[in-house]
Amino acid sequence: MSILVGRETRLVVQGITGREGEFHSRQMQAYGTRIVAGQRPGKGGQRALDGSVPIFDTVAQAVAEAGANTSVIYVPASGAPDAILEAVDAGIGAIFCITEGIPALDMLKVVPVVEAAGAKLIGPNCPGATSPGRAKVGIIPASIHREGRVGLVSRSGTLTYEVVQAMSDAGIGQSTCVGIGGDPIHGLTFSDVLALFRDDPETDAIVLIGEIGGSEEEQAAAFAAEQLQGMPMVAFIAGRTAPEGKRMGHAGAIVSGGMGTAAGKVVALEAAGVRIAASPTEIPRLLLSAGVRPQ
Amino acid sequence: MKLQEFHARQLLRASGLPVPAWSVATTPHEVGEAAVGYLAGGAERVVVKAQVLVGGRGKAGGVKLAANPEEAAAIGRAILGMEIRGIRVRRVLVAPAADIVHEYYLGAVIDRAARRILLMGSAAGGVEIEEVARTDPAAVVRVHAHPHLGLLGYQARQMAFALGLGAHLAEAVAIARGLVATMVANDADLVEVNPLAIVRERASDGTETLSLQCLDAKVTIDDSALPRHPELEAMRDLDEEDPADVEARAADLSFIKLEGTIGCMVNGAGLAMTTMDLVKRAGGAPANFLDIGGGARSDKVATAMRLILSDANVRAILVNIFGGITRGDEVARGLIEARAQQERDVPMVVRIVGTNAAEAATILEAAAFETATSLDDAAARAVAAAERAGAAA
Repeated sequence: MSILVGRETRLVVQGITGREGEFHSRQMQAYGTRIVAGQRPGKGGQRALDGSVPIFDTVAQAVAEAGANTSVIYVPASGAPDAILEAVDAGIGAIFCITEGIPALDMLKVVPVVEAAGAKLIGPNCPGATSPGRAKVGIIPASIHREGRVGLVSRSGTLTYEVVQAMSDAGIGQSTCVGIGGDPIHGLTFSDVLALFRDDPETDAIVLIGEIGGSEEEQAAAFAAEQLQGMPMVAFIAGRTAPEGKRMGHAGAIVSGGMGTAAGKVVALEAAGVRIAASPTEIPRLLLSAGVRPQ
Repeated sequence: MKLQEFHARQLLRASGLPVPAWSVATTPHEVGEAAVGYLAGGAERVVVKAQVLVGGRGKAGGVKLAANPEEAAAIGRAILGMEIRGIRVRRVLVAPAADIVHEYYLGAVIDRAARRILLMGSAAGGVEIEEVARTDPAAVVRVHAHPHLGLLGYQARQMAFALGLGAHLAEAVAIARGLVATMVANDADLVEVNPLAIVRERASDGTETLSLQCLDAKVTIDDSALPRHPELEAMRDLDEEDPADVEARAADLSFIKLEGTIGCMVNGAGLAMTTMDLVKRAGGAPANFLDIGGGARSDKVATAMRLILSDANVRAILVNIFGGITRGDEVARGLIEARAQQERDVPMVVRIVGTNAAEAATILEAAAFETATSLDDAAARAVAAAERAGAAA
């Protein structure tokens, strides 16, 4: 097993004919992800990726005719909320939205619809997820992974790659790596993903990569204290030196009114028994000392 | 993006909220003229307020009352041109001073954890809501708007009654709903009125009326929504922005200037923050946050380098690239180009890993760049280089 993506994934790519969509679809396909459909209104009936993938006008057709159960969205910010809602309406269970720059108030309207339908939204502004050796959905580079039993969840992109590479170099493989996205309003939270890892028989330990802003790391700490005893967990929090009141690249990464500081998050996680790395390079060592065995 | 108070007032008024008259002045003469009008209209005094985007205007002496036009002009002369937290005051707002009976706070924000618009109110107006929340959390009234229906009538009434505004129910309900409507209409992430006040007005026949009015306004717009609001983008105050910020935005770079000596160029926001943290951990201080974004090409690298070097405090530069979509060799070529155009000689430590890292290493080696492979090592070398440069200077 693994979480969110795996051998059972049947992917529809929303925006498969765009530059980003096509580039990453090829990468995903090369990794072994089963792309069963592409979607682009007006291009239904054509084929993408050298004729290997049928294109449909709607997601509903991709579900009915190609059996898609997962979607990934590469459409521009102006159309992305609609793309998410279309996937929900078509009955897609897991929706990965890579698009960045979606206004927060749009996501405030979209997220309750996703939740009411019982679907899982990952992102927006996220790198996607990879279950090494099985499937990857999104934009995470394939080369950094190694198969294994440590689950990783992060709010970041390249920082995630940095950590995954360090783990793989140390012989520590991953069950699934999930980027939940850097926007203030998004789908799955840290705690949601931790619950999935808790229930995954192939995940033995967890790495959490957080950053300043919001309170999801604190909620994750509370969840870990209650629900993840016996499962080793290591965390790194970015933004210790970030000044207050400035948005550090990610729309969600801002300390305001003294809330959302790195120090506060570190204290909460430590109190829950989570080991804190002072640098991404420390993460493999902390995992090994917590009893994770290299593979 | 923060808006100036006079722009924020416009938005509130456009949503039908009661905002008393104001004018904007750029010279002491204009301040005096505005005062003449308001005093003739029955106001006993006028208030002159500095229009700057930093907090603490009142404490800095940027908000003053005047009883006659001459005094108003003198105050205008004092405030126009003064500096508040490093920002020169170029404009003031002039308005009739209200006869305030009681002050309240009312503000709408995006509650990330609840994923709702949160309306907060307090009967302690004039005080920052963060302060009230810290000292007397029970005094902050909270109501979450419905994600699709907005702030409902009964929710607005709950807020009004909880603040003790039962005697002004209809006005309070309209203002509460109007605040949330202002937020939605403009894609704001903050709409704040502090103070919202019960104001006493006397008609010429001596009769008194009490009404609720918005005496201040603070609005910030969600940056992600600006592309669909050209009318709000036009309100951006370029005078208050650092030229480096303007250039960064034009080049689609995410750049924040800091106080240290080590310039950082990184791809990805999380990694950029981490690079700053590691510089600090190695005993240095970052001069900036800079995310060149995914898929950056060589010209973007050159612009980023120019931005970093425009800060005279920078003594060393740390380049940290994890190639995913971004290709390492592309960045390496950009660095060579940038170094050729560079006006002053600043030591540089480069770490490029991931996609096309081997090609990048060959290019960098041929051009005699100092390189590093580990993140911690790169930070330590940059700090050492900055210290050497500092000692030499």
